[in-house]
Amino acid sequence: MAVSLNWVNDYVDIKDVDKKELASKITSAGINVEKVTSTHIDNLIIGEVVECTKHPDSDHLNVCKVNIGSETIQIVCGASNVRKDLKVIVALPGAILPGDFEIKKSVIRGVESNGMICALFELGLEEKTEETYSKGICELDSNAPVGEDPLEYLGLSDTLYELDLNPNRTDCNNHLSFAYEVSGVLNKKVTPPDVSYKEIDEDIEGQVSLEVDTDNVYMYNLMIAKDVKIKESPDFIKHRLEAAGVRSINNVVDISNYVMLEYGQPLHFFDKDIVGNKIKVRMAHDNETIMTLDKEERSLTKDDIIITDGEKPLCVAGVMGGLLSGINENTKNILIESALFNGYNIRYTSIRLGLRSESSLRFEKPMNYEYTILAIKRACHLLEKYADAKIVKGMITYDKVDKTEKKVKVTLEETNSILGMNLTNEDVTKILDSLGFVYEKDKDTYLVTIPNRRPDIYPQKEDIIEEIGRIYGYESIKPTLPIITTKKGRYQDSAYLRKIVSKRMRSLGFNEVRTYTLVSEDDSKKFNYHFNDPIKLLRPMLKERSYVRQSLLNSLLEVVNYNLSKKNNDLLIYEISNVYSEKEEYLEDTKLSFILTGKYIKNTWNTNDYKIDFYLIKGIVENLLKFLGLNNRYTLKLSDSLPKEIHPKINSEIIIDGSEVGYFGKLHPNVSKVDCYVCEISLTKVLEHKSSDVKYTELNKYPKIEKDMAFIVDKSVEAMDIQKEIKKSGGKLLSNIVVFDVYEGDKIDSNKKSIAYNLTFEDYNRTLTEDEVMVIFNNIIKQVESKFNAVLRDK
Amino acid sequence: MYNDKIEAINKELETVFNNVSNKLELENIKVEYMGKNGKITQLNSLIKDVPNESKKDFGMQVNALKNKFTDEYNKINKELENKEINEKLNSEAIDVSLPGTEIAMGSAHPLERIVESLESLLMSMGYDVVEGPEVEKDLYNFELLNLPKGHPARDAQDTFYVKGDEYLLRSQTSPVQVREMLKHEGKEAIRIICPGKTYRRDEDDATHSHEFTQMEGLLIDKNITLGDLKGTFESIAKMLFGEARTTRFRPSFYPFTEPSVEMDISCFNCNGKGCNICKGTGWITVGGAGMVNPIVLRNCGYNPDEWNGFAFGFGIERLAMLKYGINDIRVFYMNHDVRMLKDFDRREY
Repeated sequence: MAVSLNWVNDYVDIKDVDKKELASKITSAGINVEKVTSTHIDNLIIGEVVECTKHPDSDHLNVCKVNIGSETIQIVCGASNVRKDLKVIVALPGAILPGDFEIKKSVIRGVESNGMICALFELGLEEKTEETYSKGICELDSNAPVGEDPLEYLGLSDTLYELDLNPNRTDCNNHLSFAYEVSGVLNKKVTPPDVSYKEIDEDIEGQVSLEVDTDNVYMYNLMIAKDVKIKESPDFIKHRLEAAGVRSINNVVDISNYVMLEYGQPLHFFDKDIVGNKIKVRMAHDNETIMTLDKEERSLTKDDIIITDGEKPLCVAGVMGGLLSGINENTKNILIESALFNGYNIRYTSIRLGLRSESSLRFEKPMNYEYTILAIKRACHLLEKYADAKIVKGMITYDKVDKTEKKVKVTLEETNSILGMNLTNEDVTKILDSLGFVYEKDKDTYLVTIPNRRPDIYPQKEDIIEEIGRIYGYESIKPTLPIITTKKGRYQDSAYLRKIVSKRMRSLGFNEVRTYTLVSEDDSKKFNYHFNDPIKLLRPMLKERSYVRQSLLNSLLEVVNYNLSKKNNDLLIYEISNVYSEKEEYLEDTKLSFILTGKYIKNTWNTNDYKIDFYLIKGIVENLLKFLGLNNRYTLKLSDSLPKEIHPKINSEIIIDGSEVGYFGKLHPNVSKVDCYVCEISLTKVLEHKSSDVKYTELNKYPKIEKDMAFIVDKSVEAMDIQKEIKKSGGKLLSNIVVFDVYEGDKIDSNKKSIAYNLTFEDYNRTLTEDEVMVIFNNIIKQVESKFNAVLRDK
Repeated sequence: MYNDKIEAINKELETVFNNVSNKLELENIKVEYMGKNGKITQLNSLIKDVPNESKKDFGMQVNALKNKFTDEYNKINKELENKEINEKLNSEAIDVSLPGTEIAMGSAHPLERIVESLESLLMSMGYDVVEGPEVEKDLYNFELLNLPKGHPARDAQDTFYVKGDEYLLRSQTSPVQVREMLKHEGKEAIRIICPGKTYRRDEDDATHSHEFTQMEGLLIDKNITLGDLKGTFESIAKMLFGEARTTRFRPSFYPFTEPSVEMDISCFNCNGKGCNICKGTGWITVGGAGMVNPIVLRNCGYNPDEWNGFAFGFGIERLAMLKYGINDIRVFYMNHDVRMLKDFDRREY
């Protein structure tokens, strides 16, 4: 909202105040002044045309000699209304007019011109329309002082503040309330607007009756102004409305807008002779219609409040008037409405009809009933003054407003202890006075009455303390640290797991990414492991972001594809994020997901590439599981129940203590043409498998004996099965088994493979003998040969 | 007589040792003089012809010769060894200017870096790190935080609802604070921070994102002041943006705090003189905060006559954009070029 400081000056004296400084004071008190603009223009001066002759070389140009006080200058002017003895606004060379138009000395068709005689629209003080254009240059009064600043003379010299109000301070959406803020920061007093008027000897009773048939109206006031003369508004009203971005229509309509900008209370004017003598306020019926001011037929619902003449709708309350019942150029008698409605209804109606106006936006917010009453009186004052209206005695009122005064007790000590300041009683009283708050003081205790114009203040001491603090200024708060128990912060278990896993992934060489949780419906179905339902948003912004994802892998694949398109071919990427699904309740699952493609060790001049393969990702998974203390508690095995995006033969489910926590494997060629390996683990599930504490184990002081053996078996035999058999047959003394070679090729049958194991034997109590190890060794060979149809391979 | 012999060997040795050029020659010399039949060993046999009174002198001279030989031998042996090692080292020379083998370098996402540095500072000040669900109840996200249905402040944070008006994607991390207060049932002091993902119905552009990261802090204890909040904020500001930062509070509005403030830091780019980054004001707003509104305390089971405290919140994207000079918020979530990510793989110290 734009505030005119000329207007504010009507209520609080700020003539001599630096407007930029005031803006920064007001901003530090919590009312954000976003922009300060001034209508002042340098090198603008009042001049008198002392000679006016036709330009020798043009039909429409005139050559004027203009007295500007200090000298007489020559200006070429094209306006049709320029003439001798006229007082005019002159822009001298150096003046910069709106639109960055700089006035310079020039020669127009051979004649020297030393400035420009201006129209108001050229100075940005009127809208440029056909009408204002045809008026030509601005004609000043004959007694305008030559040589002075014309804007100052016209009362058009003004500073405007563009306000960006916090949502609780919408009470400042009018000039009077803003004036209270100004008086607060400057420690001044507010003089409220004049609301006096003469009443004619005629009573409103009998001229109009009022019925309110809904709880959504809190207050409804009606007054009558008779015999109005519809004409142009006085200049000051036009200029002030213009400054606030409201177009001037005529004196009567302008007054309703003027009062709204003054008090924040929107008014509605009916043509009394059209409306008749009955007003009924009620909720509309579904499908009832009204032709609004903008000549649109509007269909109403039972949630819209309407004003009727007892039958037909006259006006959509708070949103827009009806076409037929409003003010027109023939209007004589006005019925003035000043009301308070349920803001939710106004908001609902205005949004539904797409009619969010200055009026409806004000009605949506909390309002002040005192202003509702003052505003209608102020309108009468102005109508009497500027539209020759005769005000009918009395006011018809419907009033359900709770007028209980809200009082709050607050002490000096409480104020200082919450703000961490050292204020005195003098400081506090000065601030409360300057804000115009009424209070009773008893030593250090204040009983403050919250003014109705401040609906943002909740009746509790903290709200009053905030008022005191913000006006005194938060810059005087000394930074301290709370004096409380010293303790070390800790991560909640789930956060700790997330943190250590994230750091581990980084140390394994992975780059962390963050991707959007919201995805398209199609994508929400990808990598669906548990077959829960994805969560759908009720009102998504975009189709591509309308579902909550259940897996991070598709998003990571998109990151991979983006990088491949940039020729970044070697990628190790991970993300840790929550996914959600629906299964009666909403299920939360924290996923660690990663994806690898390309080379793990890059093509350098002396090493071979290590192309990423299944065994690398398997190694990473095992590294992570061992890091988490889950060694010997997990199994990894081929699964046929993984998402369809995973290769059916190159994959593995991750099982801890018998229950699955995730999977890894190669992407199905349908999903990615490039070889990619992915893993998705539920950290939520991992957390259920707590690891044991780390303990020192003494190393064996007796020597170990190592033996190698290799078997030729069918390709279909799984290495892990052989290993299990070796372990079983090896007994207690076999402490470690390592696969150290796998061979397939010319030297053996094409349907066979050779797997070589290195076995370690040891005993913690004695030195083993070669003979006893050989007995075990031979037993292992016998068992494996018979169980797997294996043949011991010769060295 | 024996003197001549010893002297002759002595002389001879000088020449012999001077001409040694490798270890094999040296070993041959050793055999020639000190071996079983070596020239020096052979001297022992002369003893029988030495008169008794000279036997002692003879013995001493032979020993001196032996010692001399051994010393010389060891010295030359060492020299030859050194020479061999040096030759070996020289023969092993490589081109050290060729590139090293690349070890994959992991990196934290820029948002994670900011979160981790805030966590480590605040944990040292006794704050626990707590998480909460992103699919949240309206009750916790709004109602209990003094944002009843239709509240004007709900306007500013238009929200993604997922089922009726009961569940939503949280628009702030504050519901975690509510959950924590309810958990402690008004009985214990609280010091927590809650980082996490949040959602608003904003159209994505350079400065808006429908998903973003917040980190809020909550401290509930006794006799806490706005000054304590300012001091806490100052520690955070200095840790993130340098010791030279000064801070200021501006009055603001949040339904869950009273008084409420905006937290500004002096511009790190121009030190308060005014520049593009601070839009000429010398100050940069980095977060919002305030004293916990007694209404919220009461809603969450804390007696405001006994307890009070403060809450603060930061937009992590905003901090990261300021700290790293990023000017488009979409950088954090879209088109992750791994080359950009790798810019964040190193430590600052």
